[in-house]
Amino acid sequence: MYGYYLTIVLAPLAAAIIAGLAGKQIGRAGAHWVTIIGVGTSCALSFVVLKNMFWGGAGPENIAVYTWAVVDGLHMGIGFLVDRLTALMMCVVTFVSLMVHVYTVGYMREDPGYQRFFSYIALFTFAMLMLVMSNNFLQLFFGWEAVGLVSYLLIGFWFKKESAIFANLKAFLVNRVGDFGFILGIAGIVTFTGSLDYAEVFASAEQVAAQNIEVFAGTPWNAMTVICILLFIGAMGKSAQAPLHVWLPDSMEGPTPISALIHAATMVTAGIFMVARMSPLFELSTTALAVVIVIGSITAFFMGLLSIVQNDIKRVIAYSTLSQLGYMTVALGASAYSAAIFHLMTHAFFKALLFLAAGAVIIALHHEQDIRKMGGIRKYMPITYWTALVGSLALIGFPGSSGFFSKDLLIEAVRESHWQGQGAVYWIAYLSVLLGVFVTALYTFRLFFLVFHGKERMDAEARAHLHETPPVVTVPLILLAIPAAIIGWYTVGPVLFGDYFGDAIFVSESHDVIGRMAGAWHGSLVLLTHSVQTSVFWLAAAGVLSAWFLYLKRPDIPEKIKNRVTGLYDLLDHKYYFDDLWIKGFAAGGRSIGQFFWKKGDELIIDGLLVNGTARTVGRLAGVLRQIQTGYLYTYAFSMFIGLTALLGWLVWLR
Amino acid sequence: MNMDFSQHLLSILIWLPIAGGVLLLIIGDDGDAESSRAGLMRIVALSVSVVTVLVSIGLYAGFDNAATGMQFTEKASWVAALNVFYSLGVDGLSTPLILLTAFITPLVIITSWDTIKLRPAQYFAAFLILEGLMIGVFSALDALLFYVFWESMLIPMFLIIGVWGGKRRVYATLKFFLYTFLGSVLMLVAFIYLYGQTGGFDLFGFMDAPLTLTAQKFIFIAFLLAFAVKVPMWPVHTWLPDAHVEAPTGGSVVLAAIMLKMGGYGFVRLSLPIAPDGSEYFSGMMIALSLIAVVYIGFVALMQTDMKKLIAYSSIAHMGFVTLGFFLLWSFDGGSGAALGMAGGMVQMISHGLISGAMFLCVGVLYDRVHSREIAAYGGVANTMPIFSAFMVLFAMANAGLPGTSGFVGEFMVIIASFKANFWFAFLAASTLILGAAYTLWMVKRVIYGEVANDNVAALKDLNGREFLVLAILAISVLIIGLWPAPLIDMMNVTIEQLIEQVGHSKL
Repeated sequence: MYGYYLTIVLAPLAAAIIAGLAGKQIGRAGAHWVTIIGVGTSCALSFVVLKNMFWGGAGPENIAVYTWAVVDGLHMGIGFLVDRLTALMMCVVTFVSLMVHVYTVGYMREDPGYQRFFSYIALFTFAMLMLVMSNNFLQLFFGWEAVGLVSYLLIGFWFKKESAIFANLKAFLVNRVGDFGFILGIAGIVTFTGSLDYAEVFASAEQVAAQNIEVFAGTPWNAMTVICILLFIGAMGKSAQAPLHVWLPDSMEGPTPISALIHAATMVTAGIFMVARMSPLFELSTTALAVVIVIGSITAFFMGLLSIVQNDIKRVIAYSTLSQLGYMTVALGASAYSAAIFHLMTHAFFKALLFLAAGAVIIALHHEQDIRKMGGIRKYMPITYWTALVGSLALIGFPGSSGFFSKDLLIEAVRESHWQGQGAVYWIAYLSVLLGVFVTALYTFRLFFLVFHGKERMDAEARAHLHETPPVVTVPLILLAIPAAIIGWYTVGPVLFGDYFGDAIFVSESHDVIGRMAGAWHGSLVLLTHSVQTSVFWLAAAGVLSAWFLYLKRPDIPEKIKNRVTGLYDLLDHKYYFDDLWIKGFAAGGRSIGQFFWKKGDELIIDGLLVNGTARTVGRLAGVLRQIQTGYLYTYAFSMFIGLTALLGWLVWLR
Repeated sequence: MNMDFSQHLLSILIWLPIAGGVLLLIIGDDGDAESSRAGLMRIVALSVSVVTVLVSIGLYAGFDNAATGMQFTEKASWVAALNVFYSLGVDGLSTPLILLTAFITPLVIITSWDTIKLRPAQYFAAFLILEGLMIGVFSALDALLFYVFWESMLIPMFLIIGVWGGKRRVYATLKFFLYTFLGSVLMLVAFIYLYGQTGGFDLFGFMDAPLTLTAQKFIFIAFLLAFAVKVPMWPVHTWLPDAHVEAPTGGSVVLAAIMLKMGGYGFVRLSLPIAPDGSEYFSGMMIALSLIAVVYIGFVALMQTDMKKLIAYSSIAHMGFVTLGFFLLWSFDGGSGAALGMAGGMVQMISHGLISGAMFLCVGVLYDRVHSREIAAYGGVANTMPIFSAFMVLFAMANAGLPGTSGFVGEFMVIIASFKANFWFAFLAASTLILGAAYTLWMVKRVIYGEVANDNVAALKDLNGREFLVLAILAISVLIIGLWPAPLIDMMNVTIEQLIEQVGHSKL
């Protein structure tokens, strides 16, 4: 399979290089064909790999590709670890990427940067595959940063827009804050295990957990806890967990296809994937898991609330993404890694679908993104309407949809997790994910109703041109709607309860909530028929109903609520002031420190007092000696030689 | 390759460019930069530098990664009365730096092809002579020979900045000269002291000489002043931004790419093996100064409004990783890590040579067109210079230490080694991930992205063939080292192990 793996990784890279360097020569059609063929090849081969794993019984493979460097006995290499976790991620990444490539043909049709765009998204696919297929921390970090680079380039794709180039810098720097933790975590791994290789690191995980590190002298902390929290800080950056989430809403400045691909379906889930991949480490630190679950809970609930007050169609979905990533993180913290990955997969389909549907509406309205200027679009864009409905239902976990299976079981797993009976952590996590269901349903259908139903609030000019988008746009929507609707039904049994992941994910005996739930698993149908008895179902229903009442039936009420609770509204409208914390706090603070060091440290003290001060003193002395000296360079050189001679004499005398 | 040739490979590498430079000086140009005579000069300069590259490839091919000790050694009596020898040789520490020197010089000559209107022959001669002298520093095994190369190297650079520099060139050259000269004079004192101890100037004699801790401390401090100024380390760094700002593009490139490496090289070639206990004694201070360079200078770089100053400050911060990697040596109780830090520092030197050189070239490209180094004078360059912008973003990312570029390799290794030594060392060092990205990409945002800011930017023409060639070569090098650093690191590994072994033996 080695040839397969190499092809899967290199085909998108080659396509990206061709489209990027020879874009002018191959033309627009050439660029989209070469990248679609490249990514299509990857996608097809990824499904072959998955098929071999799932039905063919192929075991995991750990293959070295080449040696990057060897220093100090530390082997740094490039290699693939392809197991069932990897295979699943490869399929999700390449499939969504392929859909987005096709969609882009329509979406970016009039953009002058057409070839550049295709080059970037193919390059992204390469980087993301390197990340998920890695068998070591070095390559993981490479993929991690490379997807960050492409994200940076794509958020700032329209580089004339001030808001876009602000957003891409912000995204890169906030991610770097996460990477700061991540690289320290990797350094910790090497310090305690002497290796970067997953297999070797996992093999010595127990020994690491038995050691302490004194970050602050006199207070020994468990080495594994420190390492896992550091690694998780990386995940918080990439998977946009509070308080490192601030970059994701702004990333919506990029073209919509990449919002779907990078900022919803794939890159932002890299942190989730990474923690699941590192499950043999996280399982050994309950403290780290507690941090994970609390951060996830905060993100899941509070970011969902923000979605309700947003008016930009993409930002509503972006905050929804934050909230859903929070759900996945909560699952990780509950040791329900497979539930997290399962939700990651279903989310990739339905969220990419929602973004692409939003994009279709945006281009149909000539780049209008404000939902207050939409409404009643249903009759103009039926395919978009129905596919968006599928995506929305999946997002709120409507019984039978893919999101139903992943989210219901995720919440169930949190409820049954080893945190049960552990006090605050448990209740924070459980209530967040449970109440989050209502919030999710509310913001999802607020968006849906405001866009597709109700009064047509766009201007006449826009309405006159409103029509369904061409097949290159609608076909990917339909192709994504199919898995968004049904994939949960077919895969939930085998993936979650059929021990699909096997050794790819490690859960310690006492944490194995999914294992315990498997005993009570009687198939998709049973879960479906029991769904109406669950609080989750009724919470979602209440959310949809509230959305209907507030935004269709009595649209005057939200305005009244807003005026009644201005304090709360302000807090939400300012996104809990996190942006201010980062921009007015850290960024401005950093600039002040820089200014202080430069003006006071370098210019005043070092140059002003020490360097030029010395020079002035010498100058004054030279002024005295001006009668015999000229003040030229050699004067100083000469005086140095005198000093040197004196020093030499002193040394000789000393001996 | 016949034996005679390979036996004198280092001499050829030193004297070929110097002879070429002298030839250019003798013939001279006719004061007209457009004349056919000036054109011929350029071709001669380029040919000499390219032949030097070819000879250096011979050095690379003949270099034995597995061998311990010096290779390509040459030894002849020079001043018999004082026991001074013309003694040359290279190992895994010096060879990569010689290759870097040989590699950078023709790029500088190509870049300066028609941008230098004043006395082009002398300008190119200065660079060729400088190249020879710098290779001399990297291959000298006799302290006096080392010192002669070390000091003479200042002269061409002094002239390059002083004659072809900007408005405040006199202030900058004086500051540059005095700073570096003051530092190196004390190095000479230390050499003379060691001569008194060993009766010769052989570096290996110095390394074997038994020295008291007090003597080692004095020697270390004497060397430190010479090398810290060159690196430059905080707080003796303030000459660098001034020198860079005033230097012509080629001068900045050589200064950043190679001359700064003299300091780092001096530490590993002289300070550590000659005064191991002195080095250990001061290692805590050295680590502190290195970390200050990374953090403090990172903040200072953030606020720069002049692109060249920004890159100069960025250089100081990046060179902090070099000294940090070297002086972590004594911070590991028991476990490994020393070689990782050392190799990381070495790789960082090579990588910084390529990246900072490329960054200065990028600024030069803009300066040649608009005649301003101010960030505020630009904005939206990507609109009119898309190819240039692609290069600039690539090098900026490399400067920010993106994996896959050479900028990542050394920093990664040094950060790991720091963590092994002390969590807080790694914590402070890793702040470069944020600071480095902040100052570099903020500059990119203001210069490259946005709407076309003014008429100057609107009138910009994208790269010409020569500029493209130079930047493409550097880009490929940065990517190759980033994706596969093994050949570079393998060259150093044996020497580094040997050095650590040697430094581990106390002289007391």
